[in-house]
Amino acid sequence: MAARYTKDHEWVRVEGDVATCGISVFAAEQLGDVVYVELPAVGRQVEQGGEMAVVESAKAASDVYAPVTGEIIAVNDALTSNPEKVNEGPEGEGWFVKIQLTKPGEVDALMDEAAYAAFAKA
Amino acid sequence: MGERTGSLKHLPLDALWRASAKKFGDFAGYDMPLEFEGLIPEHHWTRTQAGLFDVSHMGPCFFALPKGHGLEGDAAHRAVAAIIEELVPGDIQGLKPGQVRYTTLLNASGGCLDDLMIARPAEPGAAGDLYIVVNAGTKEQDFALIAQAAAGRANLVRADDRCLLALQGPAAEAVARAVISDDLGAISFMQVKRFDAFGRLTITRSGYTGEDGFEILVRAEHAGALAAALLADERVKPIGLGARDSLRLEAGLCLYGHELDETISPIEADLAWIIQKRRRALGDFPGGARILEEIAEGPTRRRIGIRPLERAPARDGVEIHKDGRKVGVVTSGGFSPILNAPISMGYVETALAVPGTRIDLMVRGTARPAEIVALPFVPHRYRKG
Repeated sequence: MAARYTKDHEWVRVEGDVATCGISVFAAEQLGDVVYVELPAVGRQVEQGGEMAVVESAKAASDVYAPVTGEIIAVNDALTSNPEKVNEGPEGEGWFVKIQLTKPGEVDALMDEAAYAAFAKA
Repeated sequence: MGERTGSLKHLPLDALWRASAKKFGDFAGYDMPLEFEGLIPEHHWTRTQAGLFDVSHMGPCFFALPKGHGLEGDAAHRAVAAIIEELVPGDIQGLKPGQVRYTTLLNASGGCLDDLMIARPAEPGAAGDLYIVVNAGTKEQDFALIAQAAAGRANLVRADDRCLLALQGPAAEAVARAVISDDLGAISFMQVKRFDAFGRLTITRSGYTGEDGFEILVRAEHAGALAAALLADERVKPIGLGARDSLRLEAGLCLYGHELDETISPIEADLAWIIQKRRRALGDFPGGARILEEIAEGPTRRRIGIRPLERAPARDGVEIHKDGRKVGVVTSGGFSPILNAPISMGYVETALAVPGTRIDLMVRGTARPAEIVALPFVPHRYRKG
């Protein structure tokens, strides 16, 4: 399915009942050069809108919030040694986590690409 | 991005920077360019070529004996310097013509109210004048404090309606000689001179990046022409406040509000070198008893450099632990583009302030191993005389 976006600039792409999540191209551009990513432990339960990860650019640390509720079933370990992947492909190779959805309906309320583009520009 | 924020003050060259800066943000009440090309490329450019920084938010001023003071040369200088020495621990009377000193304004308990530069002009006609530059966030209090201490014996004339441009990096000298005056080659680190170009310039060979370079005071009506002439050289790029901070941190230099505040003495900040022999012998500055005792016995805490052993940066406010006990705090932290690693500065109990000491940094509740290291992180490349 196509990506959906949160107001906090996370994206989520759902296949079956698993959501792959990361930060948007817009967010990565705003951050500038990412130098560190702190990912949650596999098995952790996250709530939509709750703290999930931390991304640090050269100048500041920013929280990344869970776009959906569920269990972390995988994290992108490559970001630990190569945080620049977040800048190179924020909505591709720079994904953060995979979440096993417990409230699939939450996804429908997120913005689609057109709505998010308008939101990010505002 | 890009929109002007109503309540913030703007730099005289705001329009110039707005044409190329990607990000602006509030610093000390000024809407400042934070980033142009990007923090990391701007940082590397400054270390390899020359960066142009607009630091017009800072507080330059002239502090001068009243007109008709009747004193000449050294006598005039000593008279004005004696007044400012009531507030700072540096030997200002001992400045030679054209010499600049870094010092701190002290409160009665020996804590730092600000850090600043004080220069004795090189020109004989300016005897009895001092050129002073204080920080942006503290300038109102500083100017009031200095004027009050002077109590009519000298006058403070603000110059913060002018522009202050810093040209920093290994190419700074060649560019400045070509654009401003070939005579700039003759002044060394921590010297000052006036130049009749772009109106009249007051130039110190100084900066806050660890690189060679100049800080140039220019009247606002000439600043655009000067900035354009400097930027026309392909070795010069504009640099934002983001890279100014990472360059400062790599150079191990104090930032007021972080490594220095009203509770921290110059000795704790590892700035004993700013208190010259004459002042040390006299102890005649605010907080003199505490500071002399700390020189003799050692302070209870001391500023240090920190290298985290993992990738997580440890920023201002992170607690420093040793064997499960809190022993200090991080005051600045971030990422060093030159070392390609996180770096921090902070304070620890003096007994632990030894390079090689292992500590833990409590980053978001997790203990991250780190090592205390000597400062600076990246060697200074000043042009000493």
